[in-house]
Amino acid sequence: MIILAIYIAIFVGAYLVVRLVMSGLAKAHDFTSLKTVTFGDESAVKANTAASIISVVAVFLIWGAFTGSSLSPVHVPGPFVGDASFTYTAEAEDGSRDDATVTVRVFPVGEDVEEPEVEPGEGFAKNDAATLGAWRSTLIRVDRNDEIGKREGARVVAIDGKPIAPGETVEVASGVVTLTPKGTPNYKPAQGWQMEPIWLPPPEDVIRRIGEIAQEGYQNYTLLEHLGWSLFRVLLGFFFGALVGIPLGYAMGLSGWFRGWFEPIVEFMRPVPPLALIPLVIIWAGIGEVGKIILLFLAALWIMTIAARSGVSGVKISKVHAAYSLGASKWQILRHVIVPNSLPEIFTGARVAMGVCWGTVVAAELVAAEKGAGMMIMVASRFQLTDIVIMGIILIGVIGYGIDILMRMAERWLIPWKGRG
Amino acid sequence: MSSLLIDDVSMRFDLPDGEAVQALKNVTLNIKEGELMAVLGPSGCGKTTLLNIVAGFLAPTSGTISLGGKTVSGPGPERGMVFQQGALFEWMNVRENVAFGPNMKHMPRSESDGIVDHLLEVVGLRDFKQKAIYELSGGMQQRVALARCLANDPDVILMDEPLGALDALTREKMQGLVLKLWKETGKTIILITHSVEEALLLGERLLVMAPRPGRIHKEYRLPFAELGVGADLREVKKHPEFGPKREEILSMIWDMEEEIMGRAEEADA
Ligand SMILES: Nc1ncnc2c1ncn2[C@@H]1O[C@H](COP(=O)(O)OP(=O)(O)OP(=O)(O)O)[C@@H](O)[C@H]1O
Ligand SMILES: [Mg+2]
Repeated sequence: MIILAIYIAIFVGAYLVVRLVMSGLAKAHDFTSLKTVTFGDESAVKANTAASIISVVAVFLIWGAFTGSSLSPVHVPGPFVGDASFTYTAEAEDGSRDDATVTVRVFPVGEDVEEPEVEPGEGFAKNDAATLGAWRSTLIRVDRNDEIGKREGARVVAIDGKPIAPGETVEVASGVVTLTPKGTPNYKPAQGWQMEPIWLPPPEDVIRRIGEIAQEGYQNYTLLEHLGWSLFRVLLGFFFGALVGIPLGYAMGLSGWFRGWFEPIVEFMRPVPPLALIPLVIIWAGIGEVGKIILLFLAALWIMTIAARSGVSGVKISKVHAAYSLGASKWQILRHVIVPNSLPEIFTGARVAMGVCWGTVVAAELVAAEKGAGMMIMVASRFQLTDIVIMGIILIGVIGYGIDILMRMAERWLIPWKGRG
Repeated sequence: MSSLLIDDVSMRFDLPDGEAVQALKNVTLNIKEGELMAVLGPSGCGKTTLLNIVAGFLAPTSGTISLGGKTVSGPGPERGMVFQQGALFEWMNVRENVAFGPNMKHMPRSESDGIVDHLLEVVGLRDFKQKAIYELSGGMQQRVALARCLANDPDVILMDEPLGALDALTREKMQGLVLKLWKETGKTIILITHSVEEALLLGERLLVMAPRPGRIHKEYRLPFAELGVGADLREVKKHPEFGPKREEILSMIWDMEEEIMGRAEEADA
């Protein structure tokens, strides 16, 4: 909730700041800036570069701030670290009371610390010392060294002078103390707002992991091999899917028999998410490469079939008529009119198919694989290696995004007439 | 002589709801080689249908079409078509569009290049040879379509409102171009238009069609096309017979439109 509020605040704040800065600068005078009606005119809406940059920075900033990252200049309060102390009051059976101090050294997880040295102190209750990792809590057997302990009938009745009964909690400086039902104080230092690395490691840990795994590898394969295998499976599956799907789509667009024959199959398979096929493919083809490629083939197949089919149906009849009147044969019409005319649709389909295949391969690897991006994060999650999991997710996202950008570039280069018929 | 014979052609469309539209009824025409025939008529009188039948895209329910004694049974390169718009191949540049017909015949590049260059020169697009179609204006695109059709050297050119989408000025220039090409190439041309003026200017023969069922209403032979070749078309419009003819045909079409409306109202009542 706090994070959401902060995020919205950054969103609004950045907008105001950028507007303020921009209004100071010279105004652009391109065509769009001269339009007076922009609301509702989609073509006038261009992604604001500043907003994109701030957006990415904000995500990392929040991530850094909530993980105590050294990359982030601001931090939300972290967990308490240092020496904390509170006093407890023990009451013996005869009603006599004595105070003693507990000193707890709270240290960042992963560091070695020594227990603080304390004087035993006066009275039958003796001072105690303990060490504790940040974000943890600990039972402190305060009666351990007391002259009259629990076994002799003494009870803890107050913490820092505030009366306490078993099950109750008392706030002390830099934390809380709860008395267990058996009467032992449980100390929990202040947690702060930061996330424990095991839930969310700071960005630099993740970056360090990328470097580490890129060099040393993980689970017998280097990072490049993991990602490369995932990508290879996608490309192979997509390739076969397109190889079969595009001609099939053309046939369905051109022949009534083909359309009648395959339409029920295509329409049935289309709404089945490829993920739902994973179990069946594993049963049939095992968890090896063949199974994965069959799965990705199926994921790409229907998308490419439908794209090719609608590419054929989308051809303007006057173009086909014109070609016939210019003496083209059926084969020439297919090659020079129908195929180029369907390319925009096929490319759109290919972009969708690539996205679906990439998502499917990761999911398939999560289920079962020896190597691959999905397998990497699955194994890491079993060992609670959150930094590897996050690293994997980021790399999967970056690669998926990269594929889409490459496809869009290829599209602009190969079919410049798209949308301008 | 390869004259175009339209022999007692009728066309009925059976609609899915069981009704039928008589788009053409007993249309007979003989168009001689080198004639330019303009076709006028209220909307829905079957002009496009007739042209599609001549082009071979539709088979008539009865009657035959023959060109130079050969019966038409499908589209063919001897009957070229210029569409209203959007029939150019936008994945090809101007040159490739114009060279489409020759390429389909596997004409060697050295030969087709000469034809393409010549035609682009004629339609005034020499400098646009390598441009993409979507970089051209509407009028330029229609000139490419005309050149593409001519590159295939058809005997008959069929045009369905080829200038309908153009502005008045471009349209007038294109009308001059059509006349020029007609005279230079000696092609048989059938041109459908909605503009009475255009029909008068371009139609050596002018066919007025009537709707429901689509049929030939009246035919004229006009002197204006001959006069207009290479001349200022605005001068032609000042010809003493031009104005009266225009009024005559306009009121004829108006009467037909009113009749349609009247019939529609009756049907509604
Ligand atoms: N494919 C079709 N199916 C059913 N009816 C059709 C079809 N094509 C044309 N028609 C009908 O045939 C008649 C003639 O149509 P056509 O397109 O030839 O008219 P037109 O004279 O070209 O009209 P416009 O000037 O508006 O282009 C119309 O009533 C139309 O509804
Ligand atoms: Mg029409």
